[in-house]
Amino acid sequence: MTIENRLLPLIARLCGILLLMPAVAFASEASWPLQSMDPDLKNLPSLQNGFKLYTNYCIGCHSLKYQRYERTSDDLGIPHDVALENLVFTGQKIGELMTSSMDPDLAKVWFGAPPPDLTMVARLRSTDWLYTYLKTFYLDDSRPFGVNNMVFENVGMPNVLMSLQGSQAGKCLTDPDTQKKHCELNATQGDGQLSDEEFDAAIYDLVNFLYYTGDPSRLERHRTGIFVLLFLVILYVFTYLLGREYQKEVRH
Amino acid sequence: MEQPQMEQPQPGKLVQAWTNFIDWVDERFPLTETFEYHMSRYYAPKNFNFWYLFGVLSMVVLVMQLLTGVWLTMSYVPSGDGAFASVEYIMRDVEYGWLLRYLHSTGASAFFLVVYLHMFRALMYGSYRKPRELLWLIGMAIFACLIIEGFFGYLLPWGNMSYWAGQVIVSLVGAIPWIGADLMEWVRGDFLMSEVTLNRFFALHVVALPLVLVMLVFVHIVALHHVGSNNPDGIEIKENKDANGIPRDGIPFHPHYTIGHDLPAIVLFLFFFCIVVFYAPEMFGYFIEKPNFEAANALKTPDHIAPVWYYTPFYAMLRAATFPLFGVPAKFWGFVVMAGAIVLPFVLPWLDRSPVKSIRYKGMLSKVMLALLVVSFFILGYLGTIAPSKPATALAQFFTIIYFSYFVLMPWYTRVEKTKPVPDRVTTKHSKKTAAGA
Repeated sequence: MTIENRLLPLIARLCGILLLMPAVAFASEASWPLQSMDPDLKNLPSLQNGFKLYTNYCIGCHSLKYQRYERTSDDLGIPHDVALENLVFTGQKIGELMTSSMDPDLAKVWFGAPPPDLTMVARLRSTDWLYTYLKTFYLDDSRPFGVNNMVFENVGMPNVLMSLQGSQAGKCLTDPDTQKKHCELNATQGDGQLSDEEFDAAIYDLVNFLYYTGDPSRLERHRTGIFVLLFLVILYVFTYLLGREYQKEVRH
Repeated sequence: MEQPQMEQPQPGKLVQAWTNFIDWVDERFPLTETFEYHMSRYYAPKNFNFWYLFGVLSMVVLVMQLLTGVWLTMSYVPSGDGAFASVEYIMRDVEYGWLLRYLHSTGASAFFLVVYLHMFRALMYGSYRKPRELLWLIGMAIFACLIIEGFFGYLLPWGNMSYWAGQVIVSLVGAIPWIGADLMEWVRGDFLMSEVTLNRFFALHVVALPLVLVMLVFVHIVALHHVGSNNPDGIEIKENKDANGIPRDGIPFHPHYTIGHDLPAIVLFLFFFCIVVFYAPEMFGYFIEKPNFEAANALKTPDHIAPVWYYTPFYAMLRAATFPLFGVPAKFWGFVVMAGAIVLPFVLPWLDRSPVKSIRYKGMLSKVMLALLVVSFFILGYLGTIAPSKPATALAQFFTIIYFSYFVLMPWYTRVEKTKPVPDRVTTKHSKKTAAGA
């Protein structure tokens, strides 16, 4: 083995180490540990329920303006008439983008900033972040809407899902020795429409849906990829055998 | 070579028609002549190895970027209101738009990857040495052009990271003493990054620079085929020719390398490339950065601005300059250091004073310096992705010096070290076995 051929595995290993480093660096930043959730694009009932929750609780303020009702209904297996009747509350046509009817200028006056579009929020923030964020609102009288959030401190959004989850009390203590902040949440029992398990499942569905809207072509991409890679493997076998024939002709 | 004693079969009518057609063309255009000069009678050294694949791979990526780029342009809208939405329109509403976009975004990273490996090969085997100085200069011009092309392209999705990374780099112009502020305004065409900037970057990205790139690549190949390829031994195969004037250590580039080696290698490359395109197009935030999933916002700076991975070594060097000098702010010196890191390799052919070309016959100092260059490039690359901190900046300063010393000290260390004798003929696996047997 020549010196330059020995370099390659070394470079590959260096790349591997470098790719892992930022993950380690960012993991320590969040003060409230993020709960992990594993999105499942093949779970249509979950995505459909997420779609329903979104149009009922979210789209009043947060548009999905890069995504269309038609594409979403088709991908999620919802017939157009069912979708128009139960999920489109803005009088729009099925082929239209999922905009919000809120006036952004007024919204800025009400909330301090217009509510962001959420089409790609799961790619921007990560599904774990969303899942934890939606579950960690707590009562805080010092905030304009009476709630604060463990993951997004002083967020300008009211707890829209409080009727489902019920209220939570949050408490943060700073350890005088280590200066580390320790927070905990305590649910007020019995004032939500859903049980803890039901609420967790609903949030899972909602985040799963937002994971879908982030890149609706994922499943198609993964499916197509298999065929492309298989094709390339077969092509490689043929080009390799062909190449070997041409290499044989060389006199050394 | 003896002609086989066989009766030649009569050529069919179709073959005859084809030959007549080629003859007709050859009388009017040097088709066969050009093909022979560049392909079938271009004699490449027979000891090419793995590292010699990255030239052809960068051409494959270039073609792919041009084709996907053309199709993306058909649906992209270069305007402040429309750019971000049009990219999402391509991703969702255009048939196979997601594929075009991910091929192009992954292609950008692949381009830099293969070009960096191609350049590293040149450093290892001294491919920049006489008579290939111009070849090297043209190659460096391609690299510089590619950096600018990539930068312009990065602004086009009009995501928030596009916007702010563009803002950071354009603002470097503003650090130039006296004329900086006016020059920056001239570059942006506005008082801040805006639709005007986006439009001119679009024009440069899709028309001006691709033209320059393609022309430079053409000239690069013309220059290469004029002087002939270098090889892992750094031996001039043209100095040892047989009675027919064919280099004894050369073999016809076509079909031996084109079909024999390059074709399967291209397929293999595409296999790994497609794994990324289809299963990890964001590459964990290294190829497509997370803040780019929200539209450009002049009022909202991302928490941490970092360029894409292929610029991070240079970005780390830019940030490594932290103190003002001669009454000029540190930012300007950072710009000078970064530009220097790109410009300095241009003069490499005149820095290397070694009697041998290839790392195989150079001394220990050259090997150590090259290894240090690679290590510093990797570490600077990592440091460019993370938020600045005191220890990170100190580390970046240290490795910036290491990076520069590879070039600055080269006239010294290539002269003082003891080199190994260079063989007369190139070494191949076959020749090594024979030598061991004898």
